[in-house]
Amino acid sequence: MERSSPTGGMAASPALSPALPSASPPAFAPALAPALAPIPRPAGRLLRWNNWQAALLVFVVGMPPAIALLPPAFSFWVAAALAVLLAATLVVNAWGRHTGGLLVAPALALLFVMNIYPLLWSFGLSFFNYRANRMKQPTFVGLQNYANVITDPVVWDRLHTTAIMVVLTVSVQMVIGFLLALLFSKQFPLRRYLMILVLTPMMLSFVAVGAFFRYYYEPSLGLLSQFVRLFTGEPYVLMQSVWGARAGIILADAWMWSPFVMLLVLAGLVSVPKYLYEAAAIDRAPAWRRMWSITLPYIRGLLLLALLFRTIEAFKLFDVVFLLTEGGPGTATETIAVYVYRVAFQYVKTSESTALTYILLFTVIVLTNLYLYLANRRIKEA
Amino acid sequence: MFKLALPRSAIAGAGGAAIPLLERLGLRAASGVGEAGWGRTALAGVVSFLYFFPVLWIILTAFKSYDDVLAVPAKFFFTPTLDNFRQVFSRAYSVQGQVQDTGFALFFFNSIVIATVSVAVALVLGTFAAFGFSRYPLKGNDTYLFIILSTRMLPAIVVIIPIFLMFRITGLAGTYLGIIALYTTFNLPFTIWMMKSFFDELSPDVEDAARIDGSSDARVFFKICLPQVVAGLAATAVFGLILTWNEFLFALLLSGVETRTVPVAMAQTIGGDIGVRWGLLAAIETLFLVPVIIVTFALQNQLLRGVTFGTIKR
Repeated sequence: MERSSPTGGMAASPALSPALPSASPPAFAPALAPALAPIPRPAGRLLRWNNWQAALLVFVVGMPPAIALLPPAFSFWVAAALAVLLAATLVVNAWGRHTGGLLVAPALALLFVMNIYPLLWSFGLSFFNYRANRMKQPTFVGLQNYANVITDPVVWDRLHTTAIMVVLTVSVQMVIGFLLALLFSKQFPLRRYLMILVLTPMMLSFVAVGAFFRYYYEPSLGLLSQFVRLFTGEPYVLMQSVWGARAGIILADAWMWSPFVMLLVLAGLVSVPKYLYEAAAIDRAPAWRRMWSITLPYIRGLLLLALLFRTIEAFKLFDVVFLLTEGGPGTATETIAVYVYRVAFQYVKTSESTALTYILLFTVIVLTNLYLYLANRRIKEA
Repeated sequence: MFKLALPRSAIAGAGGAAIPLLERLGLRAASGVGEAGWGRTALAGVVSFLYFFPVLWIILTAFKSYDDVLAVPAKFFFTPTLDNFRQVFSRAYSVQGQVQDTGFALFFFNSIVIATVSVAVALVLGTFAAFGFSRYPLKGNDTYLFIILSTRMLPAIVVIIPIFLMFRITGLAGTYLGIIALYTTFNLPFTIWMMKSFFDELSPDVEDAARIDGSSDARVFFKICLPQVVAGLAATAVFGLILTWNEFLFALLLSGVETRTVPVAMAQTIGGDIGVRWGLLAAIETLFLVPVIIVTFALQNQLLRGVTFGTIKR
């Protein structure tokens, strides 16, 4: 991997310098001294820029008093400064030797600071009794929050609602998406432009879609109500009944995401070899047989991926529900994501909500793992 | 051996310069695949029109006058007016009240700035990381990539609770720095996976040749790999912009009055403020949607990869 530099003779190799202190870390193989690491290492100096061990020591020793003594808003910045120091020394140390590590480190560091660390922190919080709007010191309660959440019938009810919505919306999307894909599977004039019209909803904002459908379901002006009134003569209020509200949300979500399934199925249809259809035509195989025995086996993998991906996404169903019904009528459309939002920010049961989120997190990670396994298998087969 | 020519998909992604005009317009199908004729076009036209109708109706509503919006039965033909668009930015809140600034100019500005900056930062960090993951696999490379994708797949509500508490402690809530940092993190997994999928497609031969000729790692990256994935970079950036532009929950909880983005302002407009002034809401939505629709057209060839975060290429 590493090649000796063209200027290898000039780069002073630390191992060859006579007074190498025993305390400093052992230098790497001198023959491979890379071009980009000509860091001078004067004997005995502790404050070298690549001395990451010293920086780590400062970090570990400095953090607890900083957190304990300083006010929170200030200790955060001290911690950040110490972390930057540690990062800088690590970078200088790795420069030219661990290219892969250096390339991915900034991204991983940001992800860790802004995503993984908060998640770990909330994991810790889920073992405490903490409410964000109280001044009281949080007390350790062990697994109490998890026990509360699992035995709470309300949580199970919301999970039940979510399951209903996920199953219905994903199956509607799969069917509509599949039919759309069949429609667009052949080349015809203006295909590219017509396809854009179908693909657009997928790229729209949940908020915009929520607002659209709120307008369409509106009892007096809404197009749906006007359409029904043509036949019944009465204004039609969709969002008042339990199943009406659910159907409204499912319609909006399915409208938005059927094109996603269509895209994946189209990708599968392209991969079916043409000669199979020609052979089937010679054998006079009926259309359903061609579909069942030729098309389906070829697109099965992608259908499964679409199903999984949409299940993961539908499981998170929040924005559309939040804008269309806010969980109503009653709690008929309150999905688990909306419920967590309520527990965390309206009832302010902070630590209980973190326990709930860990149940969601676990589910999503399992599904994502399955999805990636299948996606990778497909790449390897190709 | 020397395949410096760009991959065909990259060219097609940039608009398909190599394809004759008639075929690009779809008026004549590319050789040998025009199996279905104008009959299919008619059928697809009807279906597409029905499918696109909700968007079209909103755009039409935006151009209606106050009375036309309230008309029952709904009017398909009317005299278009720009009143709604004017009122998005400044209007009187009560009958014969003083005309006031609604703040939507600021919200649009916020949306644009926040999306642009966070996508730019994520693109720089993510492209380096993707190149690292693609060309210098670490121990446990797949595990890192899995964790990265998982953070993106998590429900936003799971991530937002701890972030909300931390932002409150550190005073980052409601600041540009906070929301931009959060959106950068939100875009990063997507950028890494997308760019990795583009880097993985490049032929390693050219890089090896350059290395044998004595190019440094940095030179290989900037002079050979990067120019080949420019179309991919553009697609990733645009997708990131759309995702950030559309994002709602993070912005709802973490943006302050000064840093509010359009989706949040739009949701609040539905909630109270103007009640049933659907024409006004439609105008806000139209302004908000049109960039997305235009961009979707430009991105058509990369849509599949984009919506699956680069896990499915074709």
